[in-house]
Amino acid sequence: MSVETKLERGIVVIALKGELDHHAVEQMRDRIEQQLAEHGYRGLVMSFRNIDFMDSSGLGLILGRYRSVSEHGGKMALCEVNPTLKRLFEMSGLLKVIPVYDSEEAAVAAILGA
Amino acid sequence: MERVAEGVRVDNYLRLVFPSRSENESLARVAVASFVAPLDPTMEELTELKTAVSEAVTNAIIHGYPDEIGEVVVACALHGNRVQVVVEDRGVGIPDVDLAKQPMYTSRPELERSGMGMTIMETFVDKLEVESKPGEGTRVTLIKTFRTAPDVM
Ligand SMILES: Nc1ncnc2c1ncn2[C@@H]1O[C@H](COP(=O)(O)OP(=O)(O)O)[C@@H](O)[C@H]1O
Ligand SMILES: [Mg+2]
Repeated sequence: MSVETKLERGIVVIALKGELDHHAVEQMRDRIEQQLAEHGYRGLVMSFRNIDFMDSSGLGLILGRYRSVSEHGGKMALCEVNPTLKRLFEMSGLLKVIPVYDSEEAAVAAILGA
Repeated sequence: MERVAEGVRVDNYLRLVFPSRSENESLARVAVASFVAPLDPTMEELTELKTAVSEAVTNAIIHGYPDEIGEVVVACALHGNRVQVVVEDRGVGIPDVDLAKQPMYTSRPELERSGMGMTIMETFVDKLEVESKPGEGTRVTLIKTFRTAPDVM
């Protein structure tokens, strides 16, 4: 498991890496929440470029972060989602509530423009 | 024994037994993926099978044994171009299997479960069977046929 974090114009950008299963998501959740607590809940972008595998535990991670960012009045976006992941997102109805962009820049810009 | 290619017996089986620790989730996925490799599944078929196995094993670990470490058994068998994976625990069991299969239903929302595991398994394999008895445990059977049989070549 690994999580790369950075701040882009006040937006927390998280690049997830490796396998997004139940074992991995617990630590990832704590890392992301810690970043949000530190930098604020204005916006959160999660990039899936380096995700090799994901199951429904990953859906729980995304929906959980959506809940905590929304509760604080912030916005969330996803980016660089491959077709396999997109299928899981579609199945769960997640795409109806969280927008997906091709690139990190587009996701950050969309949150700042919203 | 079935033969799908000249002189090649593909009937095979594998049995894994491990404690319900979350680091064994990836181990189970990788073992099953390696087991079916001789059938030359497409990337998509392989991802579907790995995801379904991950869901079943994760459920045994989180839901089957919520407060203790118990034993999880994963038994795989190949018949021609069809694989059967049975994931079994002797944990708490499921009181209402039909309810458990509902999309978005989870008994553990506080753990940030999405309730999509059963739906994903149903979508990603050809046949899903869930047998469970409260207090005795749960057996999940996944059956998947790979379209690209090795004898097509
Ligand atoms: N092996 C199991 N032992 C006990 N309960 C289970 C098992 N597998 C599934 N369940 C029950 O079925 C529900 C739905 O499972 P699932 O669709 O995978 O969603 P989730 O794991 O996100 O809760 C679980 O919340 C749990 O109550
Ligand atoms: Mg589950």
